[in-house]
Amino acid sequence: MLPERFATWFADRGWSIHPHQQEMLERKDDPALLLIAPTGGGKTLAGFLPTLVELEDGAHEGIHTIYVSPLKALANDIKRNLATPIAEMALPIRVEDRTGDTSQTRRKRQRADPPHVLLTTPESLALLLSYEDAPRIFRGLRRVIVDEIHALAENKRGDQLMLLLGRLQTLVPGMRRVGLSATVEDPEAMADRLRFHPDPCTIVLADPGPEPDIAMLTSPDPPPWAGGGGRYAIPAILDEVRRHTTTLIFHNTRAQAEIFFHALWLANEDDLPIGIHHGSLSREQRQRVEAAMAEGELRAIVCTASLDLGIDWGDVDLVIQIGAPKNVKRLVQRIGRANHRYNAPSKALLVPANRFEVLECVAALDAVRERDLDGIPPGPGGRDVLCQHILLTAAAGPFDADALYGEVHRTGCYTHVTRPEFDACLHFTATGGYALRAYDRYQRIREIAPGRWALRDPRQARRIRINLGTIMDTDVMKVRLKNRLGGAPLGEVEEGFANSLVPGDTFLMAGRVVRYVNTRELTVEVTRNPSKEPRIATYIGLKFATSTELVDRVYDILHHGHPDLPAHTVGWLALQKRRSHLPTRDRILVESFEMDAREHTAIYAFAGRNAMQTLGILLTKRMEEAGLDPLGFVATDYALGIWGLERLRDPAPLFTLENLQDGLDRWLNQNQLMKRTFRKAATIAGLLDRNTAQGRRSGRQATFSSDILYDTLMKYEPDHLILDITREEAMRGLVDFARIEEMLSRTEGRVDHVELDRPSPFAAPLFLERGRVPVEGAGRERLIMEEAGALLEAAGLDPSGVPEKPYADAG
Amino acid sequence: MEHVRNGYGFDLAGARLVALPSGALLWPEQSMLVVSDLHLGKSERMARRGGALLPPYETRETLDRLAQDVARHDPGTVVCLGDSFDDLPAAHALQGEDVLALGRLMANRRWVWVEGNHDPGPLPFGGLQMAELPVRQVTFRHIAKPGTSGEVSGHYHPKASIRTRGAGVSRACFLIDRTRVVMPSFGTYTGGLHAHSDELTALMRPDALAVLLGPVPQPIPMPRGA
Repeated sequence: MLPERFATWFADRGWSIHPHQQEMLERKDDPALLLIAPTGGGKTLAGFLPTLVELEDGAHEGIHTIYVSPLKALANDIKRNLATPIAEMALPIRVEDRTGDTSQTRRKRQRADPPHVLLTTPESLALLLSYEDAPRIFRGLRRVIVDEIHALAENKRGDQLMLLLGRLQTLVPGMRRVGLSATVEDPEAMADRLRFHPDPCTIVLADPGPEPDIAMLTSPDPPPWAGGGGRYAIPAILDEVRRHTTTLIFHNTRAQAEIFFHALWLANEDDLPIGIHHGSLSREQRQRVEAAMAEGELRAIVCTASLDLGIDWGDVDLVIQIGAPKNVKRLVQRIGRANHRYNAPSKALLVPANRFEVLECVAALDAVRERDLDGIPPGPGGRDVLCQHILLTAAAGPFDADALYGEVHRTGCYTHVTRPEFDACLHFTATGGYALRAYDRYQRIREIAPGRWALRDPRQARRIRINLGTIMDTDVMKVRLKNRLGGAPLGEVEEGFANSLVPGDTFLMAGRVVRYVNTRELTVEVTRNPSKEPRIATYIGLKFATSTELVDRVYDILHHGHPDLPAHTVGWLALQKRRSHLPTRDRILVESFEMDAREHTAIYAFAGRNAMQTLGILLTKRMEEAGLDPLGFVATDYALGIWGLERLRDPAPLFTLENLQDGLDRWLNQNQLMKRTFRKAATIAGLLDRNTAQGRRSGRQATFSSDILYDTLMKYEPDHLILDITREEAMRGLVDFARIEEMLSRTEGRVDHVELDRPSPFAAPLFLERGRVPVEGAGRERLIMEEAGALLEAAGLDPSGVPEKPYADAG
Repeated sequence: MEHVRNGYGFDLAGARLVALPSGALLWPEQSMLVVSDLHLGKSERMARRGGALLPPYETRETLDRLAQDVARHDPGTVVCLGDSFDDLPAAHALQGEDVLALGRLMANRRWVWVEGNHDPGPLPFGGLQMAELPVRQVTFRHIAKPGTSGEVSGHYHPKASIRTRGAGVSRACFLIDRTRVVMPSFGTYTGGLHAHSDELTALMRPDALAVLLGPVPQPIPMPRGA
């Protein structure tokens, strides 16, 4: 089976082929293969071995294999890893990468003369498939390898990739699919997603390897009562960094990584070389850190999900996870970053950021030891992505609607799409899909013959290509140091955060404190300012939801205790019990107290973050109606915190199904989360231009918030396709109303209301959670009025013509 | 005219003016209502130029809001302070229902179209068209002329941020000092320029106010750039 040249190469290195590598080779002609192998288990080689063997004789022309990974950097890394066997066996194989970072000249050359193996990302593949010459480019394609497939199965990038594979399969019917992953909780479901129905997908399982060496970090100081970020443990963490070669310090959010890095740097008396890496830093900043890491120059890197996936940079021998790992699968993935050697255990430490997280960490350690992976089953593919896919297909040339529907219908995550649903997407891409047929003259695509569609204006193809992709970066603004030469790019912040800045405000960026000067076009200009206490920038970064499996484990620990619980946590639980109650499974606990001149309500219902968030939406709506002037809320997997101007006196009547259900539709249509979901769906589907930069450059006052489009569409055409998609996404992801119903039937109206003179031990961390959602209403108007008065007074302003009171009688 | 409850009153060159919650400006003594930057037909223009196919309802929405102000205050004169249409072809492409709505608003009152940079040239509707409109000591023009006084203009779509306890809020606003007023945009699909941008900071006097739109317009010291 293994050709001579390969057998010799393995033997020369003293290696023997792993059983799973052998099996991948034997099954190389299966239409689809899903390999699940641990990090360091020769997974990449297993995926590429069949390709290397097939290309050995040098007879193949053009692209043979496309490798798709979720990270540009991973493509780079794989190129390096393939270079060794190809060089040592003198194989006649050309390997090239093509990502957003690839130069125009090289991309052009690659289209004219494609390499044998092309390493790319879903977005770059989409772009390639949008060209008229796609059939020629992909003519000789034999195999597509999707690496880290679990990371692409949970989101719209995965939906898009699967549609692209359908396109490729139509262009090259013999194409075979290979999926690679280290962590898949449900291999059958993943295989079902990967295969082109009704073709089968074979699952290949490798030996999972040794147990990881994982524990909770013990530091002399217990975690704080409240807060996140794990700053209390910095001395103990620095000790660990000193004891290891390279340590990765993972955080759950970019903001926390920034704060932690800042604090770590202040405590770093030995001047250990430490870097920071996250998705909101500029490419220059990140590449500098990656290069230093590869050279072994860094002892520690503070990072986020941006380093989750399998890149071998440097000799990482310890992984520290700060804050509770919200899901076991991700934790396992992160632990795998340490020690990329098969049969050597990975070493990892968990640092709970506060006492509540101690419970989550204990639960997560149990789950990892029991290999109990969790995760949300991947949902059906998004119709917004389908709309984009139709545009992409049109950009490449005229197409038959019947054939395209057939292809979509055979794609794992789109088998559910009916023909009328597909047609609605088709008409949306053509005319915008409005009842008012205002744009018939300006159709984007039109029917040139029965069932055959093409771009009305071929120049539209360019606009479609610019807007390809499902990663949302339209609501961020670049941050740049202001100086005469234009200034170094530092990274980016959320547009909403940028808009809230006034000159003189300070915030943390790329590990330093900067002062806001001005906003120019899409760039926030800052200067360095080490003196002032910074605000915290907000980032789009993933907000992990704790999996239901972990929530359940925490729940059990809360009630039955756990031998691994530290004494301080046991004491904290006892304190909560004394001051208030410990939440129980069959009752809802509500605490009320005043803090910072605001009335606070904490509700413990353990329904998971999305459901708790929905509960927040519904309860604040009811409170607004009751004149309690709620100002905002924050939701965790366990609890909901609401603050406002008046106290909630009688919570029990709020928790009835009729009451909540009644408010759902009405409120859903109004809230910010819906608007954010709308913005995303509208951009992906092509209703909004992704690249708003150009528009803004030509005249800043000409662009406007997508919220206005949402409001207008809601008012004049509430049944529009994009609103339908928005609602569907909201009901599934953010609303999770089924879990509220489950919680209500479990508690059957049993509500314990406790009024306190200060936050309970459980409530304190709750109100420091990130992800606060403001409530627009009477309370907000009251605050603006107060703040405006205070500002005028502080400025000593009594400008001519401003009367004592608002003008009341215009006669 | 009716009583103005939630307005913000101020003096400009001896004229008593009221900034309304909607972003319109009222001059009760002259029975005059002023709105700026309606940008009617914006979605049509975008589609025509190969851009996004936005919900084609913004003209109706803008005219609806204008109709509410007109009904409430029943002004003898309505002044549209420039950029009333997103461009001239957009004015010509206005659909039947919208044309009727505009006609109803214009009936039985004096209507002045001040020209803007988006809509210079003859419009297919009645009313007076002027480069600028002087009324007593006050001049209405689309783009502010630095150094003048007693001026009401639009063009910049000013907005301003205010920090409340919970979060920052950014809203469209009037900019007002003792020499001039810069009006917010009244159009539905229009964005804004921060008051602390260089242009607006240079234009307005140091003691200028930003009056934020909302159920009750709120004056704050105008946020200024460096």
